[in-house]
This record gives sequence, structure tokens and C-alpha cells, in this order.
Amino acid sequence: MTTLGKIFGPGTRHAVPLIVFLLIGFAAPLLAVIGFSFIPARTFELWQSWSLDNYIEIFNSTSYLSFLWSLGLAAITVLILAIICYPIAYGLARVFGKYSTLVTLLFTIPLFVSENVRLYGWVLFFIKNGVLLGTLKAWFGIEPDSWLFTSGIIVFGMVYVYLPFMLFPMTLGVSMVPDQTRDAAFDLGATRWQVFKEVELPLSMPGIMIGFLLSFVLAVGAIAEAKVLGGQQIIPISHDIEIAFTYAQNWPLGAALAVLLMLVVGTLVLFVLRRFDLDAILGRR
Amino acid sequence: MDGLTPRWRTSLIWAWTAVIVVFMYLPGLCLLLASLTSSRYFVFPINKWGVAWWEKTFSSLEIHQLFKTSITIALCVTVIAVVIALFGALAFARYDWKGRSIYQKIVLLPIFFPQSVLGLALLLWFNALGLTMSWQTAVFAHLVWIIPVCTLVISIQVYSFDPALEEAAFDLGATRWQVFKEVTLPVLFPGIFSGALFAFLLSWGNFPLSLYTTGADTTIPEYLYAKMVAGYTPGVPVLGTVSTVGAAALLLIGYGLILILRRRRASAPSDT
Repeated sequence: MTTLGKIFGPGTRHAVPLIVFLLIGFAAPLLAVIGFSFIPARTFELWQSWSLDNYIEIFNSTSYLSFLWSLGLAAITVLILAIICYPIAYGLARVFGKYSTLVTLLFTIPLFVSENVRLYGWVLFFIKNGVLLGTLKAWFGIEPDSWLFTSGIIVFGMVYVYLPFMLFPMTLGVSMVPDQTRDAAFDLGATRWQVFKEVELPLSMPGIMIGFLLSFVLAVGAIAEAKVLGGQQIIPISHDIEIAFTYAQNWPLGAALAVLLMLVVGTLVLFVLRRFDLDAILGRR
Repeated sequence: MDGLTPRWRTSLIWAWTAVIVVFMYLPGLCLLLASLTSSRYFVFPINKWGVAWWEKTFSSLEIHQLFKTSITIALCVTVIAVVIALFGALAFARYDWKGRSIYQKIVLLPIFFPQSVLGLALLLWFNALGLTMSWQTAVFAHLVWIIPVCTLVISIQVYSFDPALEEAAFDLGATRWQVFKEVTLPVLFPGIFSGALFAFLLSWGNFPLSLYTTGADTTIPEYLYAKMVAGYTPGVPVLGTVSTVGAAALLLIGYGLILILRRRRASAPSDT
């Protein structure tokens, strides 16, 4: 312990358990996936001749459609979330005062119920003879078509599930705007819109960007929304990966798809995170 | 936007937030309604109310076993996660060291990663190691995602921690262990407590990681998913309601405890 203490400072020493754990539990599995993506299709043994066949198969298949669906749906979800969440984030940071802890808590609780259970609640709401259509039928005698099993409902489900992941980073961002700067802009004659565009938005950008990144990345990997609400009308990329691993029993192909998804997500995360000082975002409390 | 007086804007923000809160809880309400029927199929408006499905669900031995598995996993995850995350958070926010900025980003990576893919990656990895999937491998899988979350939660408390307190204790002749036990731990306790609460609840509700890594053991979210796919049974809304209400109760109690703790500290400042 003492020799270790001489070589490493206290910061490094405290980081060791976590780093070691992430090496075994995060880096190694990802390397395993990369390894599996190069072995022949439908085999399960890692140490054999490696080739690029799985990737070639993907580029000759229709998997790119799943990729496009996932990216497109995630992008729409993030944009809708930004509009829904900004007023609430603003409220949490500046309006609600002593109630903001309670409001935060209200948005936190659903996070702890597994997402397919909550999505199932929406199925009961939208299904034929369910809460919405049953009420319409009983009270007004109208019977519109169920909204379930469309691409719209998948976006709806994703907006619902990932809302807190946009809201919380955004709130941290909005609370980083100092009152003095805002007041100064008003004193200098700026309009409400100018203050928003020139002061509040740029200064809260770090938090907003992290919210965008987090909800986008999670939405790209989303699978439950399309399965539970979408009735498998649309197959997102994670579903393709799951099919390769389960029904098709083709682990190498699934691994190759996962590697491509990891490349998209990883590039995006590294690109955005590199630009921010996390101390400034998290420490400002 | 200029036309709105601040008062109007405030009310609009409150109203909008209220709408979204209702939106967040609407599916939970639907589950509750669906669980309170005594008919086999869900038809709304409900004509036969009843708690028969609640009794049936709670007397089922299978469900007891599911609860046991889920709680065992969640408790193991909580204990291990809090210990590793506490040290991880001190490195994240308390100490200044050379690799810190990179370290902070590495810690975030598993959070910014699709969980279903992470679950499959772990399945491949365990398989390559020759491990059999069981609740123990699920504990490990949950930890990969929960330790970073827990580290972040505790870090937020560590940021507001004044290192001078530790130094003062050292000056008064305390050993490293005494300082940790008597100063660091008590001061950071609210953060550690919230971290533990997060760890337990996130493990309890996790589905994508459990799906691939529990093997023959089954957790409650997995069971619910299997039932949902296989066709409707009112047992699903019952268990769904229980997990929603349970999470809410645990969180509110935890929040209440932290409030009490803070008030006690504020009223006795000379104690530390």
C-alpha cells in the first residue's frame, strides 16, 4: 500500500477499482463482440480463422433499412423532446423554487419501473376497447381506428421513455446561466427573444448538448418501443441484432451489426463529450 | 413572446409541467385500472371491478420465487456498486490528478451505451469465458451500467465537499481510516444513500441487461415481458402496478429520510 501510494497519487488510487471493473466488465465484452464479428457465420468459437464475411453480408442485405429507421426515429424523438423539455427545464432551474425537488422526484420515479411495463400501460390506453377508445365509444359512440402498430406510436413511446434523459441534463445546463448576465442583457435593452437567443441558449448549451446526446444514443438503441407498441411493423437495428442472436443463432452476424452500431454511437459520444468540461456542468450546484 | 408578462409565463410553465407529469403517470394509471377487474380480458369502461387477480398473483409460488431472485440481485448490486462508486466518485470529483478528465469521460461511456447491445456483449464475453448464465452473472451485468450511474450520483455530493474538513482532522492527529470513518463518510452520507437507492431501483427495474444474462433464473421485468408477448393476462397489470407503487414509495421514503437528516444537521451545527 505504501509503495503503491508513492507511485500513484490519491486520485489515481481511488480510481483503480472502478477502472479495473470497467476493463473487465465493459472494455473486454466490447472486444469480445469485435472478435466475434470476424469469425465465420453460425459458429461460436472465437479462436479460428478471421474474415470480413459478416460485414460483406450486412452490406449486401437490407439491414441498412433498420439502421436508417433507428437513426431517423431517434432524431425525430430528440427534436420533440427538446421542445417538450425546455420549458420544464427552465421551470426547474428558475421558476419552481422550493418545489423543484418535488417536481424532479416526480420525473425520476418512472425511471425505476422497467420500460416495457410502462409501455404496456400505453398499450392498455390505446388498444381497441382500451382506456381511450373504450371511453370514446361509451361516451360519444365513436370508434376511431387504434393508433397502435404505427411508426407514429413508436416515436410517441420513445419520447415518453427518454424524456427524463433529456430533461435532467438540460436542467443542469439552464441553471448554469448566471442571473447577472441575463439581467445585464435586459438592462442593455435586449428583448426577451434576444436574451433567449444570445444569452440563455449559448450559456446552457453544454447541458442541452449532453441531453441531446444521451437521449439520441439511447433512442438509437431502443427496441422495446417498436416491439411493444409498434407490433414489430418496423424493425429497428437493435431488433435485427437480437434476431441474429436468438432465432437465427448467428452470433457472428449479430456481433458485426453491433460493431457497426457501436461505431456510430461511439463516434458521436466521443465527438461531443470531448468538448465539455464535466466539472463545470456537474459541480455547479 | 415579448407580449407575455412574467406572471403569465410562470403560469404557463407550471401548466405545461403539470400536463407532462400527468403524461408520465398515465400508463401507470392504466395498469392500475386494468388490474382491478375481475374479468379475464380488459374492456374499458370496466363493468366488473374486483381484486381477484391481486389475490391470485400474490398467492402464486412462481411469483414469490421471482421476487426473491429480483431482490437478491438488486441487493447484491447495491452493496457492490456503492463501495466501488464511492471511491470512484472521490477520484471523479474530490482529487485533482493527471488523468482525471479522461477518467470522467470513461466513467460516462457505459451510460451512453445502448443497454440491449451491452447485454449481448456481456453474454458473448461470459460465454467466451465459459461461464454459465445465472443470477450471479446478471449481478455483474447490472453493475457495468449501475456503477457509473451511482458514481455520478455520489460525485454530485462530493463536489460540495470541503477537503479542508479532512485536512483539519489529519492535523488533529487522526489516522487515514479514522478520517474516512469519522469525517468523509458522514459528510458524504446523503450522496451515498441516494446512490444506493438509485442502484437498488435501477437493478430492480432493469430488463435489457437481465434478458441476456440471467440464464435459467428469471427476474420480474423478464417475467412480465414474457407474459406480455404471450398474450394478455391481468397478472401483468397487477405486477406492473406493484412495481410502480413500490418504486414511488421507496423513493419518497428515501427522500423523506434525507430531508430529516439535513434538518437534524442544520439544527446541530456544532456537532461536527
